[in-house]
Amino acid sequence: MAKLHFEDFQSGAVAVYGPRLVTREEIIAFAAEFDPQPMHLDEAAAANTLLGGLGASGWHSCCLLMRMIADGFLLNSSSMGGPGVEEVNWLKPLRPGTAIRVRSTVLETRASNSRPEMGLVRFLFEVIDESDAAMTTMRTTLMLGRRAPGARR
Amino acid sequence: MKYFDDLRRGDVIMTGRHTFNADEIKAFATRFDPQLFHVDEDAAAQSHFGALCASGWQTAAVWMRLFIDHLRDETDAMRARGEPIAASGPALGIRDLKWLKPVYVGDVIDYKSEITELRVSNSRPGFGLMTILSTGVNQNGVPAISFLSTTFVERRPDQA
Repeated sequence: MAKLHFEDFQSGAVAVYGPRLVTREEIIAFAAEFDPQPMHLDEAAAANTLLGGLGASGWHSCCLLMRMIADGFLLNSSSMGGPGVEEVNWLKPLRPGTAIRVRSTVLETRASNSRPEMGLVRFLFEVIDESDAAMTTMRTTLMLGRRAPGARR
Repeated sequence: MKYFDDLRRGDVIMTGRHTFNADEIKAFATRFDPQLFHVDEDAAAQSHFGALCASGWQTAAVWMRLFIDHLRDETDAMRARGEPIAASGPALGIRDLKWLKPVYVGDVIDYKSEITELRVSNSRPGFGLMTILSTGVNQNGVPAISFLSTTFVERRPDQA
């Protein structure tokens, strides 16, 4: 399969990646390493928090999203990384046993003024559950190499 | 954590330091962000990064761990002094996350979190919303990461 470049991303394009089943064990393992708060580690303690039961660290959701878009298209692309993330909204807790998917929407594409070898693609990524409800949303821009550096578009 | 009503804009509520080594950069990226410049030294050397560097999500996740460790130490000290402990979390989300400089093998990142905004929650009586600006600066004084995050913090019972 030909590597994806900046030119292959069109505004409005939608794709869905996954599903991936998120287990209790991996939620607890991630939290133990990076976010050891009771609401991410222990059912009984989590029940008494605003999360209302065991749920994944929000950073875990971001990392799972990252992995799913990597497997979904980024590893087969001319990715040059990303300068950052405009916003992440943690809308619904990610509970053990949820089969998550990532819905990707291209919001905008533009050439880089300073770097002719690169283009910028702005995405909305949503982590969605079995009923298509968004649990985590992320607006972010990725840098992608161009097939034809410096060409106008 | 102190009660929401006892927090002030400008308060520095966390500091921490982490040194990134090659093994943990590759181990994290293998799990969550296996782009070649995060998992393979030779491929990274050929990339625009010029050398192996950490996934931006690792730079953020390390902040989270240091923040919780700091909070735990503070909570232990408060409990030892007989002070009440406010519940905090979860966070609503993050804003303006910037990966300003790659984090390379051996880089030492100094993290700091400072309160930028405090407002009462309309949806959760008894809680306020605390927004903090978190930054990570490398050993050369160059900022590598910065972001805003907003988290629930319990109000003082006599204020809620």
